[in-house]
Amino acid sequence: MAYDKFTILRSSAVPMPIENVDTDQIIPARFLKATERKGFGDNLFRDWRYETDGTPKKDFVLNNPIYSGKILVGGKNFGSGSSREHAAWAIYDYGFRCVVSSFFADIFKNNSLNVGILPVQVSPEFLDKIFTAIEADPKAELEVNLEAQTITIPATGESESFAINSYKKLNMMNGYDDIDYLQAMKDDIKLFADKSLY
Amino acid sequence: MSNKPATLFDKVWDSHVVRKIEDGPDVFFIDRHFIHEVTSPVAFLGMEGRGLKVMFPEKTFATADHNTPTINQHLPVQDPLSANQLKALETNSNKYGISHWGLGNPKNGIVHVVGPENGITLPGMTIVCGDSHTSTHGAFGAIAFGIGTSEVEMVLSSQCIMQPKPKKMRINVTGKLGKGITPKDVTLYIISRLTAAGATGYFVEYAGEVFENMSMEGRMTVCNMSIEMGARGGIIAPDETTFNYIKGREKAPKGEAWDKALAYWKTLATDEGAVFDAEFTYDAADIEPMITYGTNPGMGMGITKHIPSALAGDSKSSYEKSLQYMGFHEEEAMLGKKVDYVFIGSCTNGRIEDFRAFASIVKGRKKADHVTAWIVPGSHIVEQQIKDEGILDILTEAGFQLRQPGCSACLAMNDDKVPAGKYAVSTSNRNFEGRQGPGSRTMLASPLVAAAAAVTGVVTDPRELIA
Repeated sequence: MAYDKFTILRSSAVPMPIENVDTDQIIPARFLKATERKGFGDNLFRDWRYETDGTPKKDFVLNNPIYSGKILVGGKNFGSGSSREHAAWAIYDYGFRCVVSSFFADIFKNNSLNVGILPVQVSPEFLDKIFTAIEADPKAELEVNLEAQTITIPATGESESFAINSYKKLNMMNGYDDIDYLQAMKDDIKLFADKSLY
Repeated sequence: MSNKPATLFDKVWDSHVVRKIEDGPDVFFIDRHFIHEVTSPVAFLGMEGRGLKVMFPEKTFATADHNTPTINQHLPVQDPLSANQLKALETNSNKYGISHWGLGNPKNGIVHVVGPENGITLPGMTIVCGDSHTSTHGAFGAIAFGIGTSEVEMVLSSQCIMQPKPKKMRINVTGKLGKGITPKDVTLYIISRLTAAGATGYFVEYAGEVFENMSMEGRMTVCNMSIEMGARGGIIAPDETTFNYIKGREKAPKGEAWDKALAYWKTLATDEGAVFDAEFTYDAADIEPMITYGTNPGMGMGITKHIPSALAGDSKSSYEKSLQYMGFHEEEAMLGKKVDYVFIGSCTNGRIEDFRAFASIVKGRKKADHVTAWIVPGSHIVEQQIKDEGILDILTEAGFQLRQPGCSACLAMNDDKVPAGKYAVSTSNRNFEGRQGPGSRTMLASPLVAAAAAVTGVVTDPRELIA
């Protein structure tokens, strides 16, 4: 599925300084029953966000109107656990385009890149600076520049670079995905398969 | 090609790279692809939206497991959304000629149980599924890992995915396991030492005496849990134990094909002198029956110990949030804590050896009155073994009921949900908040610890109940 091109994103951010946020929290299993990719944003962080009767939990950050924006900032080991891509869909569908953390689980990182969310891994120190900046001003913006591979806190001018391989970077900047690439090399794959033991 | 010493992982990975992309992922060929009802429907939709077809339908195998009820499987599925997903799996499989073991099929069961037990999983293969516990199949010396739905679409339409090669870690466990110490304890011990993120970015080879002496089912339990310390997968070199397990299974190679395969499989070991990016060694004598006390699988400890006051690497606030959710406190003992639910099953501990272990403790005892127990075989084949071996009689005599195969309370997508605030001792793989139902509190453990809890109604050291 194609997604929006990602170049420069400047936005306020939603802080979630919790470690080991697993994909069962991002979207609980009972909301994985759809056969189409739509509406997952409504159940993003469902059990942290709502009481069992559906009323919003006041102390959860997504229910706090002070915070908004297209960037979600999480604690270390974000996206651990289940491989459900629904977690990335829910984050995208809610309106986030970038997740910042000091450490991402592997499958979540892959899934994010495949659906058009940029995972930006920063140092633990820079993550603290981001949380501090948002604490000082909930509307504080972050600027993520994919081409330059930098994330900046404009209010303080502090900046850090982040890693992404050049193949994925180009995909994100152009809104391409891996399926386009693989379809273009099917003849090679066919030859490879012919020699395969299994 | 250089003749540099290579790891088992290198040998299997490198032989499946169709193309290397500079400063990018490898185009990685997949030998076996398992699909289930939850993570495949959007992949089929996406593929069809692009006008693509399944490239090699004979390399994909479908089974229904995540969403299936574990009672009255002969009746129509009550939940319309679940029924719709199960129907979509059947329709998509039939449309493209994919083997489909749906509800009611005698081969049906949890994807990571039925793959190995039918000889679909073989050494040296690359295996993926839209499920993180695909790491299970690494027990056979295969590279097996979980993928997202976009990647399921890639495999369906091109038999490849695009993956950066992970780093390599080796974990050695030396010595011999004591009485009542199971493969589940070994893996929970390792994860407690490395933490829930300690192997992120790595693929883990398990080596040493403990794994060499372990059964295939035990090795599957260990590889299954690799993802719980962040590793993409785990792998164990195939040996006579592996070959004996595979031989004669329905889809395993036969005759000349067997001989040829066996010769190849015997080359699948890490060369002397091969280099790993990280290596850890543990002593089996340090491992006791394990139980988790928190909300990630790294928060585990020996059952006779006290809850620690902090977890290395995690902030105090995250640690406290976790204990608060569980209703536990630092420095408390776990022994004697009341247990409301017991679940034995899942792709981690849903095989016949797990039920034998459970029955060994339950035999001659009675289920504690206040405990609700869900005994859920990993497949119909396991269910039949439970009946044939007389385990069902032992369970019935003790007041337990056997349910029908499926993922069940491991992720609580069906009706098998632990109510809010209740405590479950579970042989499954995740103790995340709400994993077994909103508000549920999970303690992960082995089938022996689960059995001890089921008959005493409290957290109990199973070694006290072993004759």
